[in-house]
Amino acid sequence: MTFAKPFLMAISKGMLLKVNKQETATLPMLAASPDTEVGLSHPYARLTRGWAAAIAAIGLAFAVLLGAAPQAHAADNSDQSTWQYSIAGTLKQNGKPIKGVDITAVDGSFSNKATSDDFGSWTIPVPKPGIYNVTLDTKTLPAGFKVDNANLQADLSQVSFAAVLFRFAGQTVQTESFSDQLTQRIFAGLNFGLLLAMAAIGISLIFGTTGLSNFAHGEMVTLGALMTWLFHVVAGMNMIVAGVLAVIVVAGFGWLQDAALWRPLRKRRTGLNQMMIVSIGFSIVARYVLLLLFNGDTKDIAGGGNAIDIGPIKTSDVTLIGMVISVITLAGVALFLTRTRVGKATRAVSDNPALASATGIDVERIIRIVWIAAATVTGVAGVLYGLEFQANWLTGFDILLMLFAAVTLGGLGTALGATVGALIIGMVVEVSTLFIPNELKYAAALVILIVILIARPQGVLGKKQRLG
Amino acid sequence: MDFGQIFNLTLGEAIGVFTAAYALCALGLAMHFGYTGLLNFGQAGFAALGAYGYSVATLTFGWNMWGSLLFGMLCAAAFALILGIPTLRLRADYLAIVTIAAAQTLYYLFSNSQFANVTGGSNGLSQFGTDFYGANPIPEGRYNLGIITLSQDEIWIRIVAWGLVIIVALLLVVLTRSPWGRTLKGIREDEDAVRSLGKNVFAYKMQSLVLGGVIGSLGGMVFVMASQTNQPSTWVSNFTFMTWTVLLLGGAATILGPVVGSAVFFMFLMLTQGVLEGLVNIGALPFLSIAQVGQIRYLLVGVFLMVLVIFRPQGFFGNKKEMQFNG
Repeated sequence: MTFAKPFLMAISKGMLLKVNKQETATLPMLAASPDTEVGLSHPYARLTRGWAAAIAAIGLAFAVLLGAAPQAHAADNSDQSTWQYSIAGTLKQNGKPIKGVDITAVDGSFSNKATSDDFGSWTIPVPKPGIYNVTLDTKTLPAGFKVDNANLQADLSQVSFAAVLFRFAGQTVQTESFSDQLTQRIFAGLNFGLLLAMAAIGISLIFGTTGLSNFAHGEMVTLGALMTWLFHVVAGMNMIVAGVLAVIVVAGFGWLQDAALWRPLRKRRTGLNQMMIVSIGFSIVARYVLLLLFNGDTKDIAGGGNAIDIGPIKTSDVTLIGMVISVITLAGVALFLTRTRVGKATRAVSDNPALASATGIDVERIIRIVWIAAATVTGVAGVLYGLEFQANWLTGFDILLMLFAAVTLGGLGTALGATVGALIIGMVVEVSTLFIPNELKYAAALVILIVILIARPQGVLGKKQRLG
Repeated sequence: MDFGQIFNLTLGEAIGVFTAAYALCALGLAMHFGYTGLLNFGQAGFAALGAYGYSVATLTFGWNMWGSLLFGMLCAAAFALILGIPTLRLRADYLAIVTIAAAQTLYYLFSNSQFANVTGGSNGLSQFGTDFYGANPIPEGRYNLGIITLSQDEIWIRIVAWGLVIIVALLLVVLTRSPWGRTLKGIREDEDAVRSLGKNVFAYKMQSLVLGGVIGSLGGMVFVMASQTNQPSTWVSNFTFMTWTVLLLGGAATILGPVVGSAVFFMFLMLTQGVLEGLVNIGALPFLSIAQVGQIRYLLVGVFLMVLVIFRPQGFFGNKKEMQFNG
């Protein structure tokens, strides 16, 4: 599995308990405001019932969090336990850990040192936020090892944990032939494309039925991944059970979002651009709530799985199962949209809400179902993304632009287009790393997006009418 | 908790450098969105080009202050042209997605280690303000301005920053009241109507995009000049979102709005930061750490943005009729 997998340490700290109260304070405040607006003119009873269920759902989530918290707390018993901040990393060259290397973190007059252990891991606790200069003492490196850059920085001004990766010479050296590398990249691109496709279909379904460009969509991916971590790693549940529960939580979040925020806004006849900016605000709120709840560290959920080699392709059982689940999910969405009554109604609403309404389709009900369905597929994407790669509070936000690129490429609002767009973006991202630096692979996808928009503004499969 | 100090810090934010920088970026955005209806979500990109244009011209090309200033503005203008040609024909939400994607692409490029000898990679650039601070006529020393005490350099950057804000604001007042500005407002209200009057809508939109982008680049320059450090991590989409919050707070289709909006926004952030940190320090909020207080600031930005757009889309000074968020 060569998809830029950072060798990060997943450190679970006992922050869950501390921030629970914060969540309770923020969520209702946020969601309550639109509620008061609608209550005046529209079915109060329905909303109240919705709210009761929502509160119960949140309560349940907290019960899980609270139950899990002591376990997480036990992990945090370092010597300098009063220091809430830490910098950590793992030293590896070609997969082999490097032990006994000194690493120092300096900020002004403060400095603290750590030595890498048998697994190459090191952790430096630090007392306060700030930007630390992290230096690897090259004299302590064993013979034959050479670090690319021994002076790096750790930014702890916003978060309480930072991972610092020292890259070693030889780590990026490829001995494989070009065609093997290409096969490998195409496989990785297909995998990434499938993951993107599920989340992109979510965006596309919501855009199609409501016209909303939902910038808060990435947070559903993050939620799926972090919930899997919570249920699997922290609460110790079976991976499949944890994944299913995580998807259910995300589906519930989708329904809750629609009931508490978007539906009332639609009732107010809020403009689409206005709703888009609201979704940006909501994405910021959701992201920082997740940061407060889960901390800023990167969480390893499945530990990479067991390696499997298929010809030149190096992959893992987790990735292969993930791809199968992706394909089944995508096929499920396609069947839902083309074969079921609700699916057909969904497409009717996408095409022309007024006409759909006139033919007796309950548009609000369809939109509610679409929100739940979109959140569910996005949740599946989040769970798989978290299992195959790693997850932190920014996971979804990092790929949000890839999702928009996919949806825009395919043509806004069509599910098939989103899938095609996502596969193209996934391929471009992965194959581009053969020619350009790894860090620029997302930039390549965004450049492709801009180029395609010049040539074919309506997207690959889009209709001309979608142009302004 | 020292309320006096929190109060002074809060008041100090009203004339802060970052306040002025955001005010400039928001003025550019007012041009784009408030007066032309362009949903630009890449203001961070324009600001970044101003900042990098200036610092690279100074450090790599060895240009003087004026040359660097001009280069930064030119970079932003070029970016606006490149961005505008494919996207200005598109519907508003496409433009939003493309601008945010373009700004993010710039961020990837600036933070990439491949170009580190020019851009400084993820560490960014520093010490590019020798020429600017060398032009400071104020004698060296600490000056007590009643509520805050500032050094000669801190006063100099504030004078220049707010001077720029005033010049740009006056320029925009003149422009938006001219026939050119009225055409822009016409495009915002009904593009097809303006087109049917024989106006070249694309050209007007492009002029607006370039002008607002150049104003944004000035904001970027002011932002990095305060501490003479230009880090790529500044120019992520959060910068754009904060600029939008500032703009919508004051009122998008106003000139005074972005300026007052920026001052109010940063005073509010400083106040909440001060109070929350004070409460954490005396142990009143045991579930929060000092680092988390910084996170709550951003959370508040999100809440602010949502509440504003839902309940008062016209901001402090705006006219509701003018603020329709077409579409």
